Amino acid sequence: MNQQKLIREIFSGNAVIPIFAVLASFIFGGILIAFANEEVQEASGYFFARPMDTITAVLNSVFGAYDALFRGSIFNYQAATPQAMIKPITETLAFATPITLAGLGLAVGFRSGLFNIGGQGQIIFGAMFAGYVGLSFEAPFLIHMPMAVLAGLIGGALWGGLVGLLKATTGANEVVVTIMFNYIALLLLTYLLKTPVFQAPNQVNPISSPVAESSRLPGILGDGFRLHFGLIIMLAMVFVVWWLLYRSSIGFQFRALGFNPNAARTAGVNIPLTYVLVMAVSGALAGLAGASQVLGADKQLTVGISATFGIDAITVALLGRNNPFGVLAAGILFGGLRSGAVLMQANQGVPVDIVLVVQSTIVLFIAAPPLVRALFRLPKPKAVQA
Amino acid sequence: MRLELKQITKKFGDFTANDKIDLVAEAGQIHCLLGENGAGKSTLMNVLYGLYQADGGEILLDGQVQNFSGPGDAMAAGIGMVHQHFMLVPVFTVAENVILGHEPTKALGFLDIQAARERVREISSRFGFDIDPDAIVGDLSVGVQQRVEIIKALLGDAKVLIFDEPTAVLTPQETDELMGIMRQLRDEGKSIVFITHKLREVREVADKITVIRLGKVVGEASPTDSSEHLASMMVGREVDLSVHKNPANLGEASFKVNNLTAFNSAGSKVLDDVSFEIQKGEIFVIAGVQGNGQTELAEAILGIQERVTGSITLEGKELLGKSVKKVLDSGVGFVPEDRTEDGLVADFTIAENLMLDRSDRPPFARGVQLQLKKLHQFAEEKLKQFDIRAQSIFSKAKQLSGGNQQKVVLARELSRDLKVLVASQPTRGLDVGSIEFVHEQIVAARDGGIPVLIVATELDEATQLGDRVAVMYKGKIVGIVSPDTPREELGKLMAGVTK
Amino acid sequence: MKQSKKTPIALALLTFLTVLIAPAVAGDEIEIQIATKTDLFPIPNLVFAAQGFVIFLAVLMLVLAVWSFYLTFSKNQKTPLIATVVFGIAFVASVLVWLFAGATMTLTTLLAGSLALAVPLIFGSMSGALSERVGIINIAIEGQLLAGAFTSAVVASITDSVILGIIAAMLAGVLVAALLAVFSIKYLVDQIITGVVVNVLIIGLTSFLFSTLLADNITVLNQPPRFERISIPVLGQIPIIGPVLFNQTLIVYLMYVAVIGVFLALFKTRWGLRVRSVGEYPKASDTVGIKVFRTRYISVMIGGALAGLGGSFFTLGQVGAFGKEMTNGAGYIALAALIFGRWNPIYAALAALLFGFAQNLQYAVQIVGSPLPSEFLLMLPYVLTVIAVAGLVGKVRGPAAAGKPYIKS
Repeated sequence: MNQQKLIREIFSGNAVIPIFAVLASFIFGGILIAFANEEVQEASGYFFARPMDTITAVLNSVFGAYDALFRGSIFNYQAATPQAMIKPITETLAFATPITLAGLGLAVGFRSGLFNIGGQGQIIFGAMFAGYVGLSFEAPFLIHMPMAVLAGLIGGALWGGLVGLLKATTGANEVVVTIMFNYIALLLLTYLLKTPVFQAPNQVNPISSPVAESSRLPGILGDGFRLHFGLIIMLAMVFVVWWLLYRSSIGFQFRALGFNPNAARTAGVNIPLTYVLVMAVSGALAGLAGASQVLGADKQLTVGISATFGIDAITVALLGRNNPFGVLAAGILFGGLRSGAVLMQANQGVPVDIVLVVQSTIVLFIAAPPLVRALFRLPKPKAVQA
Repeated sequence: MRLELKQITKKFGDFTANDKIDLVAEAGQIHCLLGENGAGKSTLMNVLYGLYQADGGEILLDGQVQNFSGPGDAMAAGIGMVHQHFMLVPVFTVAENVILGHEPTKALGFLDIQAARERVREISSRFGFDIDPDAIVGDLSVGVQQRVEIIKALLGDAKVLIFDEPTAVLTPQETDELMGIMRQLRDEGKSIVFITHKLREVREVADKITVIRLGKVVGEASPTDSSEHLASMMVGREVDLSVHKNPANLGEASFKVNNLTAFNSAGSKVLDDVSFEIQKGEIFVIAGVQGNGQTELAEAILGIQERVTGSITLEGKELLGKSVKKVLDSGVGFVPEDRTEDGLVADFTIAENLMLDRSDRPPFARGVQLQLKKLHQFAEEKLKQFDIRAQSIFSKAKQLSGGNQQKVVLARELSRDLKVLVASQPTRGLDVGSIEFVHEQIVAARDGGIPVLIVATELDEATQLGDRVAVMYKGKIVGIVSPDTPREELGKLMAGVTK
Repeated sequence: MKQSKKTPIALALLTFLTVLIAPAVAGDEIEIQIATKTDLFPIPNLVFAAQGFVIFLAVLMLVLAVWSFYLTFSKNQKTPLIATVVFGIAFVASVLVWLFAGATMTLTTLLAGSLALAVPLIFGSMSGALSERVGIINIAIEGQLLAGAFTSAVVASITDSVILGIIAAMLAGVLVAALLAVFSIKYLVDQIITGVVVNVLIIGLTSFLFSTLLADNITVLNQPPRFERISIPVLGQIPIIGPVLFNQTLIVYLMYVAVIGVFLALFKTRWGLRVRSVGEYPKASDTVGIKVFRTRYISVMIGGALAGLGGSFFTLGQVGAFGKEMTNGAGYIALAALIFGRWNPIYAALAALLFGFAQNLQYAVQIVGSPLPSEFLLMLPYVLTVIAVAGLVGKVRGPAAAGKPYIKS
């Protein structure tokens, strides 16, 4: 194969699509940043007099923002201490932990043909269960912490499994049910945070007391860092999910169901049971994300415990093509965006909301390879026989 | 109207479905397009109807070159089509379906449904159809739905009518009636293009025959040519259409169905007191027009039909009420009628498909851990044994031809320890070579000493393969007869006439 | 054929619930204020003995439930719709009495407020109907509403014109719909994924622009004029109906037109027949010369215009300024209304009204300090929708081809 052909092969293959999708999204984000930048607006007022001013302002605003994004998410070369220099990457991993966990959950669902949009609700249920165990008693760490984590897993599994049960018994569409369940879970949490079940004594706000010390996920790098044991759980789950999907007979049946439920049924797969199992596993992973937040990150239960992790998880699962390692990579990328956006807002005045824009455009571009090819004039792949 | 196709070529990727096809259909003629499944007949008609764009060649109507960018153009030019898979919206009424695309309207685009009803009645009466314009199409029988298709094709005042495999879903009687309708249309001066692979129909109704094979025209034939001649033109070699089998070596009756009755979700009876027994070493064929309870019978045996009463026993053990898994485990081999829908996971590899119903047990799993090495060994063996033509065991099922897909299903089912084999329309849509292979395998299973139950909708297959033939009509077995029963008598049974 | 046992069982359960409520009804009386100042003729306030009224309603419900059981099990007949409707009204009334016992319930305020809250939901569900009937699942209603809210606020602020504001809102809705349509029709991306992601994109975009542009220029960009109340002569003075239906803002009147228009267009016109055929069986539509893609684009985008219009309610109708994520899930409730209303514009509008009522009740209840936590009232749309899709209130079936891209070979 000569070199030109090789290059053509590389650029027509699907492997480069994610790279160009991310690139395109950052360009789009850059345009927005420049558009909203005050210096750019001012300079563009006299664009025809001194066009270079505008161009400089645009470059300054975009590079300033993306430099802050880099320093806030990977390595802060401007920081004073080595510790502060590496802190950003640990922040990235801290954000990546719940997103990846929930993303793994949704990926299991998607692989099995179940559109679990309910990450948000399942995270909340996991957090409520884990929080309840963490709040209601004290016990030795080696008992209490695992118990609380397990409770989170069970909480998510129950809330997810219920969707599977509804689908299995009544045929209810899981997309609709999970969307509705997200809101029901949030309202339930809001209600319970105003009752003695969760509300901290002497509090008027819907907020709980801190969970017991013995139930917390311990920090990994010490006090200066937010990184906690949830990361280890998350990494372990990447392997567990890989094994489950590709090396176990249960996962084989999950995937058979996902590709062709009729054939799976004809081959003796118990479809109703598998629906429940898939949704329970999916919910359990999201529940772990909730547990990790309440026991490791926030250390108390609030209305905002799930943040937007359940939604991020959808995009992460899609970006990672529902492959556990892909989900991990996507989770770290989006964790980095979240973490970097904090510094970007503080230093450059670019609102964190830009992350949502970049995130969603990445997913749209990745889902539509022809669009990315058209944008970058990449060669078309060889036509495959229909 | 004179229809002429010149050098039509249609490619899908590297695959040439139609290769420079020429065809002329005169007004007042029934022109048969004869070819095997997969020969490219439907592709050609879809090109003619504007659904596909040809990569080369031209279409002429009365000498004028046509340029169809969509079916709308073809219809406007006077071409109508009765589709193999009916193009009817099930939740719409007959009138709504018939007018779709050229709706009569009142002011502001409001539908004139009354005018639509009248048009349906008018065409119905011309052909002696009895169709209620307000009936919901989904509630009608397939025979009646086809008539709605015909009305729909005629409404645009078509001069050229294409019938794409129209008899697959009809009883012999309904088929005869359809032939009558086609002749009536011909006598009105229409050009009829009749696509089929059934030699009997061709010889009965055609004025002219064009045979195509592997996307190319192989020649013209006359309706007076012998079936053997037509078959060898169609397949490209001498074919022996009969199934070779030795006299049955019968054992005890080990598979019994007693008083099986089932209802569908709408509450109507789909199986009505079905009883029969099959002996070891016997092929028992259920014949009948599709949709008379055969699917439900097969599904009841597998355990996925709901609301069933009665009993199904295999070597004295009850199967009814057990899960699919238990049924398969008790020695039932099952070949579903729709292999891509029910038999295979198209996105799985051949190897994965081969363990589809045994993924949770040795040799393919230890505990829940899959044993991939053992699976791959097994798959390599089966690939050779069943002559599955694929690049490797890691080829995806969707990349295989229909025949090779069916071989994968058979390989999987026959490599279990079977006590009975149930196969629904095992040769549906296959080319002649694959049909021969499948028939050999079924006969081999029977000679191995197990009872075999086959569902067949083609009468020829039923009588050639079966040691006994049962005919189903409206969920009932209306007769169990010997395979050498005259065709006319079987046809009557298929229409529910039991004397 | 056996009649489904679900109806009598559901009725029995609700009756049981009411019987449970009855002893808990506090306060002696409930006063219902019906009259408003502009009425043609005055109607006195109604005063009931609260507990007695609930008991009366419970007995009525019991009778209906028993009758339903009798019809189902002895006669094998369907329970008539009117009985179910009367039962439903009785149930809602008993809950209301429980909530408002010992206080005054202003009926017209409660109903008019419900209608107003239902406005974006109804517009959203019309968007859903037009989109899903043509075969494109529309999760992006939320994004359409939000885009409409944002754009109408900005444009109305700049131009000081409500009309220009809503036109801009419609255009914004069309753009969001076009995004959904292009990705699901042209690029064959899963429609649910596209919808979810488009929502995230619109939330991100509007929030970003809100924080950067709007926050610094509130007076110029985020102080739109608001819809004014227009009372229709005579109609507006009929007691109850007048103040609730005919003393509303422009957008409410537009909503009446939208619902009736969408219904007629979908079910009585040539265009609607084609739309529905594409949503049920696109290949069949293609074979009769209907342009499947074009039909899908147009229907989805008209839907987007309606949802965008509905979005302007948040800024020009309700709040008077744009706020981050101010639609707060209304798009999903609209989707819920669509499904609960079985993809029929009229039923969907009624479902949206019910959901609006639940939302408004929540405000009213907070004021009188009622026994039921507001979260549970807010949950109502979601719970009812789950019940609906679980088939507990009859079979729910959407357009057959919804969610499936049409691939022309």
